[in-house]
Amino acid sequence: MADVSAPAEPPFRLSMLIYDRRYRSMTFQVIVFILVMAAAWWLVNNTIRNLAVLGKDFNFGFLFQRAGYDIPQTPIPYTSDDTHLRATIVGLLNTLIVSILGCIAATVLGVAVGVARLSNNWLFARLMTVFVEAFRNMPLLLWILIIYAIFTEILPPPNAYRGEDATASMIFFDNVALTNRYTAIPTLAMTNDPGSLDLGARITFNWATIAFVVVLVGGWFVRRAILAWAQRVQDATGLRPRTWVMNLAVMTVPSLFLIFWFGLHLEAPELRGFNFTGGINVQNGLVALWLALTLYTAAFIAEIVRAGILAVSKGQTEAAFALGLRPRRTMKLVILPQALRVIIPPLISQYLNLTKNSSLAIAVGYMDLRGTLGGTTLNQTGRELEAIVLMMAIYWALSMIISAGMNIFNARVKLKER
Amino acid sequence: MRKTVFLGTVAAASMVAGIGMADTLADVKARGELNCGVNTGLAGFAAPDANGNWTGFDVAICKAVAAAVLGDPSKVKYVPTTGQTRFTALSSGEVDVLARNSTWTFSRDTDLRLDFVGVNYYDGQGFMVRKDLGVTSAKELEGATICIQTGTTTELNLADYFRANNMNYQPVNIDSNAEGEQQYMAGACDAYTTDASGLAATRAAFADPENHIILPEIISKEPLGPAVRHGDSNWGDIVRWTLYALIAAEEYGITSKNIEELAKSSQNPEVQRLLGTTDNLGAMIGLDAEWAKRAILASGNYGEIFAANIGEQTPIGLARGLNAQWTQGGLMYAMPFR
Repeated sequence: MADVSAPAEPPFRLSMLIYDRRYRSMTFQVIVFILVMAAAWWLVNNTIRNLAVLGKDFNFGFLFQRAGYDIPQTPIPYTSDDTHLRATIVGLLNTLIVSILGCIAATVLGVAVGVARLSNNWLFARLMTVFVEAFRNMPLLLWILIIYAIFTEILPPPNAYRGEDATASMIFFDNVALTNRYTAIPTLAMTNDPGSLDLGARITFNWATIAFVVVLVGGWFVRRAILAWAQRVQDATGLRPRTWVMNLAVMTVPSLFLIFWFGLHLEAPELRGFNFTGGINVQNGLVALWLALTLYTAAFIAEIVRAGILAVSKGQTEAAFALGLRPRRTMKLVILPQALRVIIPPLISQYLNLTKNSSLAIAVGYMDLRGTLGGTTLNQTGRELEAIVLMMAIYWALSMIISAGMNIFNARVKLKER
Repeated sequence: MRKTVFLGTVAAASMVAGIGMADTLADVKARGELNCGVNTGLAGFAAPDANGNWTGFDVAICKAVAAAVLGDPSKVKYVPTTGQTRFTALSSGEVDVLARNSTWTFSRDTDLRLDFVGVNYYDGQGFMVRKDLGVTSAKELEGATICIQTGTTTELNLADYFRANNMNYQPVNIDSNAEGEQQYMAGACDAYTTDASGLAATRAAFADPENHIILPEIISKEPLGPAVRHGDSNWGDIVRWTLYALIAAEEYGITSKNIEELAKSSQNPEVQRLLGTTDNLGAMIGLDAEWAKRAILASGNYGEIFAANIGEQTPIGLARGLNAQWTQGGLMYAMPFR
């Protein structure tokens, strides 16, 4: 057909922008783009004009002023004399703490529930269905408040632990006290404290912590090398060498040595004055928020896991059974690796959700980023726009980092198709 | 999808638009209703009763302004605001006047672009504890857990006070007075701190007020007063002089009972000017001659409002103290009406 002369192109007319299918979609895209840009320009312009009318400027200088307020949970040293910037960082760290704890717990629980929902045990599977439907169908804020209210109303105040006729008693051999304010847990103390590494800005790491991290991470790599060697020997000779002695030598023994060297021991909290001191007081706000985020997100993760498993054809299970694998190992070795490629992308979304949902912390007085930068700092300085813009940027960056990390993980675990 | 995004943007934009400033008086008159920012619920100061009608010491200011400007004290829309949202509500134009026991401070008056028009209650921050705790002074609160409303000046005073006295404490950050009450009652904090008047109001609402004491230390100055947006001086004048009218009325013995009679018969030139019998003062602030009379009629003069809402005959039981007239040794002092 190539040599048939093409009919002459009709001359371009303006009406073709609407009636000609070749141009129509382009026309609408251009119109929408212009309108969106105009709206954005109007928004920005409006903001600038209104700020000018109010006599307010847009600057982040307030971050370097004295904050003046206290924060209950401070992962890095912080006093009311520090700047709003440091308060913001404390808030961000608190957000990270609850998010990371939440992601870990939600994944463990979610995978367990998702697998359990497919169990052949009728009662067990139905119970898990009830769990999933209960938690994912009610607003997260309600769960946070309910769990927090349970802590505040049911647990005894620290005062109840006082005196001869105390109405409450500590658990775990007098090491842990559950109160309506916090859970007092023992702290790790050392008789032979090696001092701390000062990173500046009053951020310090104890040398003992660093020593343990080095031993554990180093040990883990050595252990991996040992296992690889054992595998090679097994592949070559069919006999697997005994590795437990070596494993013991690279991780357990050095750790035990460090424990004795530093004189590591638990120091139980003690009721002194109004409150327990000497241990670590884990705020109920944190626990309630963490539990609620975990249960809520776990319900969603359970459904994702279930969907992922159901996406693996039944023939795979049957084939694994035919090879004599027991159900547990079939799940671990055959089903889950294949299901993961279906599971991980939506799982990323759940991690992002959990992180952003943690901003509900203010409901239970947990001072996260929203509570510090978006709460007290915003309020005391009156810099609404700056604080909100900064907060949005931080949450956005956080989400991007989580996404990127999970995508890398996904690329590593997904089936290599050859 | 694209359309949705676009419509969303337009909607968001139109919400932001229309804040345009300047003439609050004209806006209020055109609307026929005064938007008044009040507490979410603090007995005696601002709280809705069983029928949903707002009453209280701060609410009376809203009513007086509405009466002066619109001629009807009931034409008020009460907007409950928390410690966190109040100033944003005011500067964004959501409310015309903020009568929400807010402390007049330098940074709020300047950097936050507000104008405090006066002081309707001279207060100070105190602590409330359970009697059985055996604490008799704030100096004994070393290591205590303390409930504190976030976004308030009290939060900063608390931090300063404990630092100055070299003591430690554990703050429990709460969002509203109701939440603070609940946390305190559940024993989640040893002490509750806010303005002493607020403590008295909160305690009055307890089932067992006799089991709680307010510690003697007052750790700060908290001059509470109504605030308006910076930049509309005319509106600021109206709210300021409405407040002064209420205070002056008490000084001159004008009450809601004798006001009609005084308007006709009083020979006191100051009273005559205030009630608009002579000299049309109202015209100078864009109102009519009887603006102050209506404001006083709304819920009585300052003393009447105090006695009816938070005075010693009420469950809240606050003495006049600093809030007595200057003639009685207090700080209430209305500038002259002339």
